[in-house]
Amino acid sequence: MRRLFALALIAFAPPAIAEEVTTYSLDNGMDVVVIEDHRAPVVVHMVWYKVGSADEPVGASGVAHFLEHLLFKATDVLESGEFSATVAANGGSDNAFTSHDYTAYFQRIAADRLELMMQMESNRMNNLVLTEDDIETERGVVLEERNQRTENSAGALAREQFVAAQYQNHRYGVPVIGWKHEMEELSLQDALDFYDLYYSPNNAILIVAGDVQPDEVKALAEQYYGVIPAEENLPERIRPAEPPQRAERRITYTDPRVSQPYLTRSYIAPERDSGAQKEAAALVYLAELLGGSPFSSVLGKALQFDSQIAVQSGAGYRGNSLDDTMFNVFVAPSEGVSLSEAEAAMDAAIAEFLANPIDPAELESIRTQSRASDIYAKDNVEGLARRYGVALTQGLTVEDVQVWPQVLQDVTEADIKAVAAKVLNRDQAVTGWVVSNAEEAR
Amino acid sequence: MFRFIIAFCAISTASMATAEIDIKTVTSDGGIDAWVVEEPSIPFTALEIRMRGGASLDVDGKRGAINLMTALIEEGSGDMDAQAFQKRLDELAARFAFRVSDDIMSISARFLSENQDEALALLRQALTEPRFDQSAIDRVRAQVLSGIAGDAKNPNRIAGKYFDEVAFGAHPYGSPIDGTVESVSALTQADMFEAHRNTLTRNAVYVSAVGDISADEIGPILDDLLGALPSEGPPEPDHAGFALDGGVTVIDFETPQSVALFGHSGIERHDEDFFAAYILNSILGGSGFESRLMNEVREKRGLTYGIRSYLVPKFHAEMWIGQVASSNDTIAEAIAVTRDVWTDLATNGVTAQELADTKTYLTGEYPLRFDGNAKIAGIMVGMQMIGLPADYVINRNAYMEAVTLDDIKRVAAEYLRPEDMHFVVVGQPVGVETTD
Repeated sequence: MRRLFALALIAFAPPAIAEEVTTYSLDNGMDVVVIEDHRAPVVVHMVWYKVGSADEPVGASGVAHFLEHLLFKATDVLESGEFSATVAANGGSDNAFTSHDYTAYFQRIAADRLELMMQMESNRMNNLVLTEDDIETERGVVLEERNQRTENSAGALAREQFVAAQYQNHRYGVPVIGWKHEMEELSLQDALDFYDLYYSPNNAILIVAGDVQPDEVKALAEQYYGVIPAEENLPERIRPAEPPQRAERRITYTDPRVSQPYLTRSYIAPERDSGAQKEAAALVYLAELLGGSPFSSVLGKALQFDSQIAVQSGAGYRGNSLDDTMFNVFVAPSEGVSLSEAEAAMDAAIAEFLANPIDPAELESIRTQSRASDIYAKDNVEGLARRYGVALTQGLTVEDVQVWPQVLQDVTEADIKAVAAKVLNRDQAVTGWVVSNAEEAR
Repeated sequence: MFRFIIAFCAISTASMATAEIDIKTVTSDGGIDAWVVEEPSIPFTALEIRMRGGASLDVDGKRGAINLMTALIEEGSGDMDAQAFQKRLDELAARFAFRVSDDIMSISARFLSENQDEALALLRQALTEPRFDQSAIDRVRAQVLSGIAGDAKNPNRIAGKYFDEVAFGAHPYGSPIDGTVESVSALTQADMFEAHRNTLTRNAVYVSAVGDISADEIGPILDDLLGALPSEGPPEPDHAGFALDGGVTVIDFETPQSVALFGHSGIERHDEDFFAAYILNSILGGSGFESRLMNEVREKRGLTYGIRSYLVPKFHAEMWIGQVASSNDTIAEAIAVTRDVWTDLATNGVTAQELADTKTYLTGEYPLRFDGNAKIAGIMVGMQMIGLPADYVINRNAYMEAVTLDDIKRVAAEYLRPEDMHFVVVGQPVGVETTD
């Protein structure tokens, strides 16, 4: 559904491929990535802005996502709703999404409609015409979106609390959709200030994927995006850094809508950095080894096979992030097993992993699957386009994306052991229990 | 072997997309039909297998058996226990998914060309030599029970469960395929073997394959893969009817946003008016932002994040339903506006402009769906299941174009019945009461 933001508690970052990709920059600083796939006469046209909720001013949480909704309203030449209606009238579909670090707009349409998409998308980069009425109605929509995604979900409310505890100084602690009390106060001026500063070609990346020729895309991009002046006052992306965490943080979230008690732990962890993706790659392996497959991972084996401590367990790591990210583990205990017992068993399994060598066959299996992911990924050109968008808005380069599969292949046992020792420290973590009543919090 | 070449081309005033897909239809020596598209540019194949029947074949008193059995297919087979099976799957880097719904057992496989034979051998073992080890049954049963407990506290699930119970009663459609705590707790290993024998059968199998595979090799592959399965299963259930009358049911649940599931009976997939109904539903509450419901409830009034309506032509029942969520104090207005939109369409039909715009969208969007091996395989097997010929991909847009404004008006008057709409509302809605 439209205008959603991606926030997965547990996500595995797949590797990328490096074929049929052409890149260049326009004179005004807008980067362009073209990914060719000529199997079907389809194109995906995306504009990614290097701005997300973590760039919002204090007190206006949710404005990045709110603005994303408002971009479907009127411009100097388009009526409110005409953008999407025009895409639909041409047989296409369109949508947008916001995260902590980026905001992206895309259309999927017949390849010969690319020019029309560029014409409209470039128009709304600078020419939005918002009214107070738009603000009032669309604020209702985003508040209902928050109700649907968060207020109506005990798990989502719990996660929001845990992430807020993990990031005490950095804006990653504030939810992408915004805190409800601040969303209720979002104004036309909040939206316009954000729009005027951040929506400019030198803060954007154009990605065109599908049945297109790079030189034709370039000519069109120059015609439509190349004429938009760069924003001279674009601020550098400086975010407040987290202070050192000096003590373990623990939270118990109680909500009668919880049916299955569970525990999660997030450890602060390094992200993929340009030219230095080795630690992140090792963390991808660590997540797989600890909790990737319920059948063969450390937690799966220890808690679901060798013992019946848990009905579910897992680990996850999302390396795509501009600033420090999280490494997550979670356990849902079996009937009759308390959360303390489950947590002790989880910690024992992690300690055993840290103390023992890693089975080389396990590493080889992960390598093989990583290679296979590259092959399967080629079947979905939109997915490839997203990889570039996510990377290029979070401080990585095209080269970083293209070497990533090899970086993953080159991970060694020593790399994993080193990063595990560094990251798996309870004093740099938030442990959360989610229960339906006080009785279960034991 | 019969070879069928389809170059399909959608042309309309606003959009033109042409795609060529070459669908080859094959029948194996063992009598299994398959549709194949050879697409060797990426070294893998997407294989989609469907079997008619699905969870509706659950034996009386064993609700949930087929669902649990399906989850156990990947939990050990042949001489491999669950962990050994998964280890082998990981080594091959193949991806298998086994799913079941009311009417369909679905097997989706993707495998690399470099180890195609080994991957298919492993899939054959999973499908034909299940173990149903007691330890695996117990472990997966606990997961299913945890899911059932979760559904009991999920407003959308609560609404759906009540809607189905009243609409379909004792028919299998009237209860969740997961089963109940009692029925699932009582399932035995023998029940798993019986569910397997009843559900994975050759007489109701449909297959498509797209990727680095040839039409010549698919026949022998399928005979090897599925040949050991029983030829026939039990009969499918009768038509379910639809017993939910017009009205409102409020189910109290403490949460800030109410969810409403609404609708009445629908139209059969094979009805000659289906295309008119399909277009009408797109205008009423289809995907995207142009529908009447989205426009009135979200864009104009800001009452919801999303509202959709759906034609649901199942094998043994037809529904026309919709869903919306709004705060407890605004859901009454969302429901009232929804009723008004439904009534207006039933009474006045649609405008010529709406019909033209929707046709342009639907005919333009159709060819765009065929842009990946896995997607094409999924579309082809779905077509086979509802009895469509391979050349449907050429003719489908012409069927859409043939629908007239009068067709829409007639179908709207006949099939959209505001007085028969039932709203199941879960939450603590203000100003919404259960009717008698």
